[in-house]
Amino acid sequence: MTDGCHGGSGPTTTADSGLTRFALVGSPNSGKTTLFNALTGLHAKTGNYPGVTVSKFEGRTRLDGGRSVLVEDLPGTYSLDPISPDEQIVVDILDASGDADRPDAMLVLLNATTLRRSLGLLAQVAQTGLPICVVVTFADDLARRNGRLDMAAFSRALGVPVVAVAAGQRDGVAELRRLMAGHRSWSRPVVPPPTDAAEVPAWADSVLSASDYQLPEADERTRRIDAVLLHPVLGTIVFLLVMFTFFQTIFTVAAPLQDYVETFFGWLGELVAEHVHLGWLSAFLSEAVIGGIGGVLVFVPQIVLLFVLIAVLEGTGYLARAAFLMDRVMARAGLEGRAFVALLSSYACAIPGIMATRSLPSARDRLATMMGAPLMTCSARLPVYILLVSLLFAGEARIGPFNARGVVMFALYFFGAVAAMLAAAVFKKFTSRGGPMLPFYMEMPPYQVPRLKSVVAEVWTAAAAFLRKVTTIILATTVVLWVLLNLPLRDDATVAAAGVDTTDNSAVSAYVLNNSYAASIGRAMEPVFEPLGFDWRINIGVLSSLAARETFVATLGQVAAAEDPEDPGAALAAMRVDDRPLFDVPTITALLVFFMFALQCMSTVGVLRRETGTWRWPLIAFSYMFVLAWTMAFIARTVVSAFG
Amino acid sequence: MSPVSEMLCRRRLASAESAAAHTLADLRPGQRATITCYGSEVEASTSRRLFDLGLVPGTEVQMVRRAPLGDPAIFRVGDYEIALRRSQSAGIHVETIR
Repeated sequence: MTDGCHGGSGPTTTADSGLTRFALVGSPNSGKTTLFNALTGLHAKTGNYPGVTVSKFEGRTRLDGGRSVLVEDLPGTYSLDPISPDEQIVVDILDASGDADRPDAMLVLLNATTLRRSLGLLAQVAQTGLPICVVVTFADDLARRNGRLDMAAFSRALGVPVVAVAAGQRDGVAELRRLMAGHRSWSRPVVPPPTDAAEVPAWADSVLSASDYQLPEADERTRRIDAVLLHPVLGTIVFLLVMFTFFQTIFTVAAPLQDYVETFFGWLGELVAEHVHLGWLSAFLSEAVIGGIGGVLVFVPQIVLLFVLIAVLEGTGYLARAAFLMDRVMARAGLEGRAFVALLSSYACAIPGIMATRSLPSARDRLATMMGAPLMTCSARLPVYILLVSLLFAGEARIGPFNARGVVMFALYFFGAVAAMLAAAVFKKFTSRGGPMLPFYMEMPPYQVPRLKSVVAEVWTAAAAFLRKVTTIILATTVVLWVLLNLPLRDDATVAAAGVDTTDNSAVSAYVLNNSYAASIGRAMEPVFEPLGFDWRINIGVLSSLAARETFVATLGQVAAAEDPEDPGAALAAMRVDDRPLFDVPTITALLVFFMFALQCMSTVGVLRRETGTWRWPLIAFSYMFVLAWTMAFIARTVVSAFG
Repeated sequence: MSPVSEMLCRRRLASAESAAAHTLADLRPGQRATITCYGSEVEASTSRRLFDLGLVPGTEVQMVRRAPLGDPAIFRVGDYEIALRRSQSAGIHVETIR
């Protein structure tokens, strides 16, 4: 066995490089991701292609006889004549002779309902010389729309094995696994298909007529739905309703789930406090570790809901319609409808949003979208907003018929999007200096009922990525901050010498916090943030939120818990600076506005660095957003103060 | 660049010598037309991509609908629907079918 050329695998496991590799090749909307999930289940590894940072999806699947093989889901492409980084990846992988990572065989997905166009891509990938097995997808759709394709004749006409898979049916996938096991004996075309522009259409016609192909009728169901959803008036109303429902769902459905998580971690913290008797260790475990994890996990319900909604919108085909409706608006910012999808993803998190810009063929569009994306209201801002808005309005407060908190939230989301668009427009203007215009085109897939398995896989990937981030960056930050907030350790004698009653726990806590390392840093930052009404305690939160915005809540929780561990929420409201409440209306407003604009997220900076390949753009993004955030917060505070 | 994409990059496609009477952008919803060639102002890489998308000379196209804001528009090309902006559709010369 040729094992061990890539380090990391022990002698008992086979290195991945030793396994047979199959590449999934196909255009967008060819059902590639669905097939990939059907083959690999939830065991897919996500990573990045070296050099460029196009996401790489790879997973193992077990064939008949127990042999494991690797399946790689290549980015969707319409052509091997690349115009975007994603497409370049496909070419590089399929056409890299002698590369160890070159696949051993290709599974080329052809959507039965767009067969004529798909044959062009098949002709191109056949030039790479790799063995091909054609997987015909959406054959059930073809039949429903009165189309016809003789699979056996199609296989003969192409000279390669053909298997049809239908959504939700295992037969096709089982047959595919059988074929994959015998990939060494796949038949190859006697004469490779042509790629010359003059010959391809005739070749495709001859293949299709030999296969008794009947073009599917226009999808009546899609036509009827589009008549409503793309209608000038109705379509716009539906679009706005869909987006509004999107956010209402996230807030109303997630709330009870979040309560459960909060209750659980509260119980866990008490349990630890009860059983660990060493004072500082008990506090460290229950406040820093459990409090830190719980304070972030509490938002998992919201993130899961958000990704369920995005996966459903994508799975039904509505996301393409939304991009179609929004294209003209995005064009105002110099972008295209698909940038809307990247910006919408940024509502969940700027990181997937920034990564989603890879589907944009124009490098300038990608850069402009990336510079705007962090201004979208990501889910990490949610905890900050929820905390601050709850300090601003009582739960039952109303603006007109609507819940006041909900209205402010909607406004924050809305203006975040406006700011992102404006920023993208400005950057597009600055970076557009000549260069060829890349074409805009977007396939409009027929409407479908989304596959549960695909939705689950998508949500799983997103939630898992978020949790990985939690356990690394956020937990580390919470722990470091706990240390900064609680050290240096003071013994009773020191505290008593400072004139503090050592039997009064909250007085001791306040003394420790007031003399902690964090307090020194927070005080040093005061000249910068004083005009916004922030005191050193808020500054600690702002500083800590650089690791991830949601840490702001955990930190303020710690600051508050240090003063009154029984009720951190009330403690925050009761905190005072000089003779006014620390969290008065102008300060809360300034904080909200500051978090709306500031790039308080080192993970985003890291992704920007990776995506643009230089430190220049993340530095520009961080600086412009800080200046913008400070200025806007100052203006907001001044205005709110003036109106009392 | 890989040998395959180099070969694909060398593809030559027919482009118009004179201004077209009609382009895809002129079609009204429901109207059908046959693609004749690409405008001479269209970038070579763009026309190759339009070709790969199935917008092949000789193919019948139907204009389906325009976006509520006026642009882009959806076209039915053979067996599927694609949205194109005016800047692309105006570069595709057609002969309308009555």
